Amino acid sequence: MITLTVNGTRRTFDGDPAMPLLWYLRDELALTGTKYGCGIAQCGACTVHVGGRPVRSCQTRMGTLNGAAVVTIEGLHPKGEHPLQAAWREIDVPQCGFCQPGQIMQAAGLLTTNPRPTDAEIDAAMSGHICRCGTYTRIRTAIKAAAEKRS
Amino acid sequence: MRAVDRDRRRFLKLLGMGGLVIAADPGGIVRLDADGLEPGAVEAPWTPHVYVRVGEDGTITIVCHRSEMGQGIRTTMPMIIADEMEADWARCRVEQADGDEKYGSQNTDGSTSIRDFLAKYREAGATVRALLEDAAAKEWGVAAGDVKARRHEVVHEATGRTKGYGALVATARTIAMPDKARVRIKEAAERRWQGKTMAPSIDLVAMTTGTAVYGADVRLPGMKVAVVARPPAWGGTVASVDEADALKVPGVEKIVRIPASPMPGGFLPLGGVAVIANDTWAALQGRRALKVTFEPGPHAAYDSVACKAALAESVSKPGKPGRSTGDVAAALASAARTVRADYYVPHLSHAQMEPVAAIADVRNGKVEAWAPTQSPQDARNTLAQYLKVDAANVTVHVTLLGGAFGRKSKPDFLCEAAYLSREVGAPVRVQWSREDDLRHSYYHAAAAHHLEAGLDPSGKITAWLHRSAYPSISATFAPGVTGPTPDELVNGASDVPWDVPNLRVEVCPALAHTRIGWYRSVNAIHHGFAIGSFVDELARAAGKDPAAFLLELIGADRSENLLKLGLVDPPKDYYGASFADYPVDAARAKRVVRLAMEKSGWGSPLPRGRGRGIAVHHTFLTYVAMVVEVEVRPDGTVLVPRATAAVDAGFVANPERARAQMEGAVVMAMGNVLSSEITFAEGRVVQGNYHDYKVTRMAAAPRTVDVHLVESEGLPGGIGEPGVPPAGGAIGNAIFAATGVRVRELPVGAQLAGWQAR
Repeated sequence: MITLTVNGTRRTFDGDPAMPLLWYLRDELALTGTKYGCGIAQCGACTVHVGGRPVRSCQTRMGTLNGAAVVTIEGLHPKGEHPLQAAWREIDVPQCGFCQPGQIMQAAGLLTTNPRPTDAEIDAAMSGHICRCGTYTRIRTAIKAAAEKRS
Repeated sequence: MRAVDRDRRRFLKLLGMGGLVIAADPGGIVRLDADGLEPGAVEAPWTPHVYVRVGEDGTITIVCHRSEMGQGIRTTMPMIIADEMEADWARCRVEQADGDEKYGSQNTDGSTSIRDFLAKYREAGATVRALLEDAAAKEWGVAAGDVKARRHEVVHEATGRTKGYGALVATARTIAMPDKARVRIKEAAERRWQGKTMAPSIDLVAMTTGTAVYGADVRLPGMKVAVVARPPAWGGTVASVDEADALKVPGVEKIVRIPASPMPGGFLPLGGVAVIANDTWAALQGRRALKVTFEPGPHAAYDSVACKAALAESVSKPGKPGRSTGDVAAALASAARTVRADYYVPHLSHAQMEPVAAIADVRNGKVEAWAPTQSPQDARNTLAQYLKVDAANVTVHVTLLGGAFGRKSKPDFLCEAAYLSREVGAPVRVQWSREDDLRHSYYHAAAAHHLEAGLDPSGKITAWLHRSAYPSISATFAPGVTGPTPDELVNGASDVPWDVPNLRVEVCPALAHTRIGWYRSVNAIHHGFAIGSFVDELARAAGKDPAAFLLELIGADRSENLLKLGLVDPPKDYYGASFADYPVDAARAKRVVRLAMEKSGWGSPLPRGRGRGIAVHHTFLTYVAMVVEVEVRPDGTVLVPRATAAVDAGFVANPERARAQMEGAVVMAMGNVLSSEITFAEGRVVQGNYHDYKVTRMAAAPRTVDVHLVESEGLPGGIGEPGVPPAGGAIGNAIFAATGVRVRELPVGAQLAGWQAR
């Protein structure tokens, strides 16, 4: 039996410990903001926070999460108004929007450890994510705007 | 009650009964009463594609009949209507339409949504505005000319009295509809959002909080999840199945065979073996444990190395002309010099971020499906055909599309879901893995191009010969197709705006050995790369600046109906529009070239390892010039510090989203040119995921994309697709400018390694 919190709510899990967190979130908890894009940590669409740090939920086995605190895009901010979410809207970043929860979760992790990232640091932190619509220049702008607002 | 009336009732229920409901069809704007269509309002066939409801509380509901896949149609379409209505955007809601012929064409492809419907959206909005003004005038007993709709209310200008839209609904439902002369489309100066600043995108909050619903996010009670093992080569079939190990996986409930569809299959499923489970993880594990062998089928020898050689061979010989002007053979023979080059573009995949997925619930002969589909009517009709039920018993709900780029025009995955739901007697979600998506897609055609030009002593082009070979999309739908048809050239090859007296464009044979399908910009991807590159090669051969040469090649101002330019076997329309409405216009082509030159600082010096390339392309009835600046690192890595797009798309309804489409087009073209390639070996796709199907990532993405839209009140052109073709050519040309290495085969991949030593 595994005990964890997801967006602050206590949960227990007694299924296959090899199940990736991604499918637990999507299929069991109906937290569908976390997306399946590749299944092998190549696209970043499934990014959530575990212990405050961005991880790829498709590669995070349930068996490793006893006692863990998981935060998904749905729990990033109680009103959905994290500075990054606000910046994403202000700059109208999304096109199809599918990859954006993962991008936002990754960027939120970046700003936690590095409140004023440079372009190179943003590129390094965000290059595990794919946006096929090509919103990269706006993502960069939005991360910088959020960083500026927070400092 | 006739079926069509039932449809109207059901539809009104969707909008919530009551309120003022207006629908627009090609014959005019009509008001619906509580039972549906007002008696005698319009003659059959009744196919309105715009629906607007004003509720008694003032809430406006607009039904979006087109699919949202990132282009912003769920914002732009209602924004135009709300603008013409003088509505408050904050009080407008958008409902997504199900697949139904009553909406007119819902096929969201070909960059058509705005150019096909702008006039109707405007008329619908303006009609509601006039009707509400008339209602207020009647209530106040004043002349209609004395009142004016302004921001969700009508104002009596003399007294300053106002009445909100909601309060006017009761009267607006009973008075006569305004006649055409009363309905006035706004002048440019009166518009709030159209062509100006955007209204906030409708799905922004949902998309940034994880609540937006895409295909795989739909959940139904008792829903099963299916993952399918499909034949690795096109036309393969299942030979044997050993289910034992798969059924041992906890959560796996059943193994179901999906029959292979008769070749070439079109929109129908490939067939295979489905693992049905109670969740996605179990289904994936079950498929891993499943032992399936396949009969290889007729295309199991397909090999990309051999294909490339065959395509090159094909364009080495004359083909069927799609356009022929003057006498190219004679002009080439008498030219002061000739230049020739061959280009190759491989198969590509959409690789949209959301792998295809669909949910279906089939019971009692009724089919209900939810899917990220670009074409819900095709989905509905294909489901009906596939399951042999009446289309009236098939409902297709459209979710948001997590990227599409043409892949989601094809409803094969909906058919799988529906087939499996019927077999297991429960709702089923079919989930494609990324590997499934890359290996069983509808691929962008691999293409070879041979170009040849004759120059006079001054470097002017006197002859242009262009031969291309690629498997045709029609081979996915009909047997015996041996190559593209000449009308496939009317996608940026036979409609080039060049002023060349002797011009011939041909198609050469090429067989399809996999499903070929539409991918953003379609044939214009390879046409654009080959033509854009060749023009640059010609400029270099003529010793001229590539941009100046481009202007010279386009030549004097003229606007010509393409049908009068020597097309052979022309298509019946020009991207669905009339040839007369959209002439090939040299002045527009040159204007975007000059704009891109000016805004990019064309001609200003760049450090070693950097270079600029330019290309212009006229596709989807829009003119786009791109200047791309590249930086080529010593190891051959290509970066794009800056790209400049100049766009003449006629009237642009939502400039902000148009800019976003051009930004995305540059990024997508970078993937197409620099890194992406689908290859086949023994009939199977070699690539499986994003580690080997490489697309543009953040580190390589452009630093800046500047987009300049030509202000115009002209007929709208496309926006979603026309940016990709010129970006491809411009990237190749920039690489040449930076390194001296001419890219003639895509992707660039490792071709530039060690370029400094060459």
